[in-house]
Amino acid sequence: MTIKQLSIFIENKGGTLIQVLELLSQAGIQIIASTVADTMDYGIYRVLCDKPTDAYLLLREHGINVQLADVMALSIDDQPGMAAHAVRQLSDASVSILYMYSFLWKGKGVLVMRTEPAERAKEIVLINKIQFLTEKDF
Amino acid sequence: MDKTLPSDACRYFNEAMETLDRPQIEALQLERLQATVRRCMNSPFYKERFEQAGLKPEDIRSLDDLRRIPFTTKKDLRDTYPFGISCVPLRECVRLHSSSGTTGNPTVILHTQNDLDEWANQVARNLWMVGLRPDDVFQNSSGYGMFTGGLGFQYGAERLGMLTIPAAAGNSLRQIKFMTDFGTTALHAVPSYVTRLYEVMQSCGVDPRKDTKLRVLAIGAEPHSEEQRKRIEEMMGVKAYNSFGMSEMCGPGVGFECPEQNGLHFWEDYYIVEIVDPETLEPVPDGEVGELVLTSLCREAMPLLRYRTRDLTRVLGRTCPCGRNHVRLDRMRGRSDDMMVLRGVNIFPIQIEKILMQFPELANNYLITLTTDDDNDNMTVEVELEELFTDDYQRLQGLQKRIQRALKDEILLTPHVKLVPKGTLPVSEGKAVRVSDKRKVYQ
Repeated sequence: MTIKQLSIFIENKGGTLIQVLELLSQAGIQIIASTVADTMDYGIYRVLCDKPTDAYLLLREHGINVQLADVMALSIDDQPGMAAHAVRQLSDASVSILYMYSFLWKGKGVLVMRTEPAERAKEIVLINKIQFLTEKDF
Repeated sequence: MDKTLPSDACRYFNEAMETLDRPQIEALQLERLQATVRRCMNSPFYKERFEQAGLKPEDIRSLDDLRRIPFTTKKDLRDTYPFGISCVPLRECVRLHSSSGTTGNPTVILHTQNDLDEWANQVARNLWMVGLRPDDVFQNSSGYGMFTGGLGFQYGAERLGMLTIPAAAGNSLRQIKFMTDFGTTALHAVPSYVTRLYEVMQSCGVDPRKDTKLRVLAIGAEPHSEEQRKRIEEMMGVKAYNSFGMSEMCGPGVGFECPEQNGLHFWEDYYIVEIVDPETLEPVPDGEVGELVLTSLCREAMPLLRYRTRDLTRVLGRTCPCGRNHVRLDRMRGRSDDMMVLRGVNIFPIQIEKILMQFPELANNYLITLTTDDDNDNMTVEVELEELFTDDYQRLQGLQKRIQRALKDEILLTPHVKLVPKGTLPVSEGKAVRVSDKRKVYQ
């Protein structure tokens, strides 16, 4: 019930993001969602794409520091209060969210998150019948 | 030891020695060199060296014969650790100083009581030369302990008869309180620490010109440019004199600027100064930059013959309007090895490398950058990540902090640590460039 996300270590300097994007583009990989936070020296560029394993191998081959991370992608109705509801269940079960980002996908809201402990998070999602996406959905 | 002082009006601390003319200096040097060489035959190390070179003490008949004596290097000091070069039984030694020894065995320097007395005399001579007298209050904001800048200046300033405050390094607010409360007139510190003190003074509304009695600064133990010196003088409103020392020769006191501030007088009654090409080891003409090689002439416990200091400098002249004919050397212009001096601390890249290699998360490539930011010298260590082992910022920052702590334990300074992606640091042909010194030092 998790999906593979690319986590790419990039330096906070000109030209590093475009190098990654162009490599993915040349390999015909489609980005579904991505996020990068601003930090001082370096950042982690997190990418959901249609062929994560291919993309991972490709980036590695080009000497880029990359990791495949398992993240949950919760699918919620695109309405006020739905994100709060989902996060509330995790929070009540003492699950920490290391990071989270969201996007719209085929009319539904998607909350991508890495949680800790991850197994406990999965149980909570199943118990509370929260919808989630798998790799087949992309 | 004769501890009488000249009258305050006298320009010289030791007029007889300081005003020798060149032929007198050379005659004295030969006599003392011969005595030192004979003394060295008590050292198992030098005895063997001389035998290997087929040289006998009586072969040294002129100053030119010095060149027949093999060089002594830091490696020799390490190889004979701890007491192998000593010329006297330990019973006759009263003090030991040592380097941190992080790049191998430490180096040990032994002193007899007479060595300490002469060392104090050298420092006192320097401080007297720049106008300090027994009425002055001397604050020594240098590190104490094994670092010779502490005890060396302490005993020298006391020898001169000054009220001497062993303030040691750090705690700037307390330093400033000492200066204002005790009426400090002279301060010794590494140059970057003087600028730091000035910043703190500004932030707490202390004007060194109005609120202190400071009139002389002694700065050294860290490379600094003429520009940096001028800035320090402007900040504090007093003259700053450059000091040179090294523990192998005793410590501070080996060379010092006179009021002319045109090079450092190296005391030729205590040392023979040679400047050699670091590649060919042949002497270079006056005015040309080469490696400073020193032979101690008065040391009892551990005299060193033709010691390669690895510091690069040049001869500026052998006369001076101040009346002293002891050779004037330029401020140190760099090193002939890869040692870095940052805030008075000697650091070799290999020390950094050794620590970085303990982290499996890191790749082999790293770059040390030294910069001057707002008059403070800083070190940044950039290092490549081997594998992205996490996509959690906190764990990456945790790694960064662990590296920083480990480096601090090793080099005693806290560098900035920057993780960079693999393959982003410059790799040069052959020997990798590990250090980029961008400080405003050697202009």
